[in-house]
Formats: sequence, structure tokens, C-alpha cells
Amino acid sequence: MTMNEKKKNESTRTTQQLKKLAQEIRVNIVDCIGSIGVGHIGGCLSIADVLAVLYGKHMRINPSDPQLDGRDRLVCSKGHAGPAIYSALAAKGYFDKAELKTLNKGGTKLPSHCDMNKTIGVDMTTGSLGQGLSCAVGMAIGSKIRNDGSYIYAIVGDGESQEGQIWEAAMLAAHKKLDNLIVFTDYNHMQIDGTIEEINDIAPLDKKWSAFGFRVFSIDGHDVDAIDATISRAKKSTAKPIMIILNTIKGKGISFVEGAKVGCHSMPLSAEQCELAKKEILAQAII
Amino acid sequence: MKYQMLKDMLMRDIYVDFIREQIKSGDKVVALEADLAKCSGMIALQKEFPDRVINTGIAEQNMASVAAGLAAYGFIPFIHSFGPFVTRRICDQIMISICYAKQNVKIIGSDPGITAELNGGTHMPFEDIGVLRSIPDILIYEPTDNVEFKKILPQILAHVGPVYVRMYRKVPPSVYDENKDETFNLFKAKVIREGSDVTIIASGIMVAESLEAAKMLEAINISAEVIASPIIKPLDTETIIKSLKKTKAAVTAENHNVCGGLRSAVSEVIVENYPVPLRCVGVKEKFGEVGKQAYLKTAFSLNAIDIMSAAKEVLTNK
Ligand SMILES: Cc1ncc(C[n+]2csc(CCOP(=O)(O)OP(=O)(O)O)c2C)c(N)n1
Ligand SMILES: [Mg+2]
Repeated sequence: MTMNEKKKNESTRTTQQLKKLAQEIRVNIVDCIGSIGVGHIGGCLSIADVLAVLYGKHMRINPSDPQLDGRDRLVCSKGHAGPAIYSALAAKGYFDKAELKTLNKGGTKLPSHCDMNKTIGVDMTTGSLGQGLSCAVGMAIGSKIRNDGSYIYAIVGDGESQEGQIWEAAMLAAHKKLDNLIVFTDYNHMQIDGTIEEINDIAPLDKKWSAFGFRVFSIDGHDVDAIDATISRAKKSTAKPIMIILNTIKGKGISFVEGAKVGCHSMPLSAEQCELAKKEILAQAII
Repeated sequence: MKYQMLKDMLMRDIYVDFIREQIKSGDKVVALEADLAKCSGMIALQKEFPDRVINTGIAEQNMASVAAGLAAYGFIPFIHSFGPFVTRRICDQIMISICYAKQNVKIIGSDPGITAELNGGTHMPFEDIGVLRSIPDILIYEPTDNVEFKKILPQILAHVGPVYVRMYRKVPPSVYDENKDETFNLFKAKVIREGSDVTIIASGIMVAESLEAAKMLEAINISAEVIASPIIKPLDTETIIKSLKKTKAAVTAENHNVCGGLRSAVSEVIVENYPVPLRCVGVKEKFGEVGKQAYLKTAFSLNAIDIMSAAKEVLTNK
């Protein structure tokens, strides 16, 4: 085997692993939300692929030492995607998969919205939209002071980006030249009351972020290779914080959820639907 | 169409129906939403009257000050979001753009306290009343049930000045019989059960629990008077003190932190006017958490039995 072939084989293996992890995360999301019968399924499924790439490859973390000093951190600023984070954490072995089925039950460690004091592996408490990105900026500044070389990742919603605080955070991040801050926008074009374009349009999003001093990438948010390659490029970039716009589909991976369009923000999931959904996810060939 | 009894309606529908009437019959009322029109039911009106229902997207602070601008232009804006996002999140905008600037904006916060259920701690306001109560001029009103809410809404509109409404979204417990011609005054509390040993002062979903507690107390020969106090600011001092002069013991019951809410308001009034022992039922300096209402009621000790215990205890201090 030539060097090139070896490299190619290795990268195919990585792609397959990441796709498999994304698949596992999606199945976990269905189990998690299905266990209580209703939840924010759409915005969980739209970030499954980026979570697979972060947890499967890029984040410097250790599931058996969740509080590891100088670890990379992820702030899910769109806190209602808690079940997606829990699904990734369970896949990585932070806790038992059976625990996913305690979502939102009285006394649970897995509340609908991310809570750093309740869930092992969750790096920030979110749920009141607009605040998480500022918290990530604080962490990125902290990492610069400590000089620990960590990366701080944040995921914001496109609807969430209507909050003024997002742009206050953006301005400071660029001013502080936080090149250790990598932010993703889940650009699924949907919020609760309608499409982003109907309610309060945030376009042109790429131009806004570059005007705010970010280095901006815009990619297919369901292409694990593209996400992987872009994060690698982002890590090499200096002097500017990074915005990776993930062009996504709300509800991605389950056709009846995708088909519900704006209605998939929060929707009921029956036991039969869960079975159907898992079948569909697992039927996706991994190439 | 079959007539729907008020007690079977979602409380949010009473709000939306009222706004629809106002938009149809007048040119002053506008409704603002911050991406929760689907949750308030206002989404229907947004389609029907796109000029009069303004959705700012997820930007509550902006919504509050935009409403103040509309008010300065002669409109009467009603703004809505979940309770925490339309109070603590926008406290300074309420203070400055609305109250200090004396703008006539009505604030509707949905899912008070534990009724936020599965949305959990971030969405579960136990502090909204406390946050707003120290701002001059604002009225704070928590509907007792649908019958009362329907009759109070026109008074909220007629009142010139900011009003915060702590609105339940689903079907609330029913307290008043809609077939009786009961009258309500926005500024008045109401004695809804007479008694002589202890006065229970309650708001929101805790009124029904208090009536339940009063029945349980009766079975052990304690006569409890129950006052529904939907108006928390300004408190109806007259009705409360009159009752306490008779019973000489008070229990407050609220779906809110006891620090800053109804218990605080009642304490202030009785200490100055007619000191009597008081015990409180409410959230005791805790943050919210996820769960269904039945679980949360027990987790935060908000059941009739807790009111009964408080009443028994306060009697030993008489
Ligand atoms: C401050 C605040 N306002 C309102 C809400 C209620 N809320 C929860 S999710 C949501 C819509 C979010 O849309 P988006 O950011 O696009 O999320 P996604 O499409 O990724 O689910 C809203 C309005 C909230 N959680 N926080
Ligand atoms: Mg969205």
C-alpha cells in the first residue's frame, strides 16, 4: 500500500466512525425524548453530526475525568438541545445509556435544558437563550489567561441569534482576539413561531459575523467530513474567533420529524413513532 | 358550535379572545410576542391581523422597549413571553422604558412557578413577583381562575399604566361558578370562604389548594377563612386586615418564592397595621426543576396538606 492509499484508508475509517457515532447519537435522542413522549426533537437532530465530530474526534476530553483541567469545553447555548448533548455524552460513556430514559422525570439528572450542576459532562447551564455564548467567551478568556491551550466550542441557534446578547458576546470575542473560540450556528432556518425569514430575518449571517470580526465558514452541517476539515482549519487560524455556519435541516434524519417542518421544534413522539424513527436512522448506509 | 364552559377553557384562550375583540373593535391594542406566539395561542391572531400582532423574534428586551415606543405613540401594547423572560430577563427595560417613562404597557408572563413543568429551572419563575414588586407604579395580578380573569381583563385594559399578569396557560383549577353573577375588582382581594380561627391568603393555583385545606381543617374543627388575593401589588390591605382582626392568625400560600412574593407583601402590611402570627406556604428559597405538576407540588411543598400544617402551626402561636 502506498502512503497515499494508507492515508485515504485512514480517512475513510474516520468518516465511517464519525457517521456511526452520529447515528448512535440520533438513536439515543429518540430513546431519550421518546421516554417522556415529547420534547425538542427538531433542534436536537439538527446538531447530531457536529456533536459526533466534536465528541468523536476534536474535543480534548476524558469521560472518566469529566472535570479534567484544561479540557476543551462545549457550551450548548441553545440549551433546549439538552437531550442531544446527553445522547453524545452517553455514547462517550460519561454515564449509562439507561439514564437517558430519565429525561424530565421528577428528580432526574437530565433536565430538558442543559444544567452543569446536574449532568456529568455538561460544561455550562443554559436554557435562557442568548446567554451561553457569553459564557463561552468567558471560558475562552479564562483559557487565554491560564494559557492551557484549550478550545472552547459553542453552539447557538439561528433563532437564538436574534437575542442582542449574542452580538455583545461576538463583539467582545473579536476584540479579545479569541482564536480559541469556535462557535457554530445551527442554521436550520426555523424557530417556534415560523421560519427565521418570516419572524425576524438574520441574513446575511456570514456577512454579519465577519463584520463582527470573526473568521467565517459556511458548510453543510450534516457532512461530517466537511465539519471535521473545517474545525481542523479553524484550529490553525489565529487572531480571530471562528464562526462555522452549519447549514442544517431541523429534524434531520427522521422523515416524519423533518416533514413536520416548524412543528418539529417540540413535538410528541409515540412508542410506535420511536420504533419507526430508529429503524429509519439505522437503515442509513454508512459509506 | 357547542358553548364551552369557561372552566374548561385554556386560560391562554381567554387572553387571546380578549385581544381579538379589542383589535376588532378598536384601534389601540397591539400584541407583541417574542417567538412564543404558538405557546400563547396568539399565532392565530398573528395570521389574522398581521399589522396588530408584532413578533420581534427571540429578543425580549427589544420587545419591551419597542412596546414602550408604541405606547408613546398612543397604542396599548400587550407583550407576552414565558414568565421569566418577560420579567427578570427584561427588568431594566420594564423599569426604564415602561415604568419610569410612564408608558402604558401590559405584560403577560405565562407558566407561573411550577406550571412551567418540563421546561424546568430556567423557565420556572419563582422570583418574577419579587423582581417587579420594588418598581413603582406597576400592578401585579395573578388570576385565580378563568371566570375572574375574563372579567378582570377589561379592567386591566382600562387601567392607565403597566400591569404584570402571571398567566396560567392550560386549564386552571376552577374556583368561581360562572353562572353566578360574581363581580370582580382588579384592586380587591375576595373572601371566598368565611371562617374565624385563621385567615389563609392565597393567589393563583394556590387558591384552590387553600379551599381544599380549609375543608380538611374544618374536619378537625378549625375554621379557616380563605382570601383570594389575585392583586399582589398594590395589596388589598383593607380586606386582609379586616379578616385578620377577626381571626388573628395568617397563612399565605403562593406558587412563588416566599421571599419577595405574596408572603412578603402580606407581612409588610400586617406588621405596620395589625401584627399577628404568620406562617407561609410557598417555595422556600429554591430554584425550579423539571417534573410534572404533581411531582413539583410535592417537591416544593405546595399541596393543601402543607397549607393545613401551616394553619395548625400558626394557631399554636396565637
Ligand atoms: C430568553 C428565551 N426566550 C425564549 C425562550 C423559549 N424558546 C426556547 S427554544 C426557542 C426557539 C429557538 O429557536 P432556535 O434558536 O432557532 O433553535 P433550534 O431551531 O435550533 O431549535 C424559544 C423561543 C427561551 N428558552 N429563552
Ligand atoms: Mg433554528
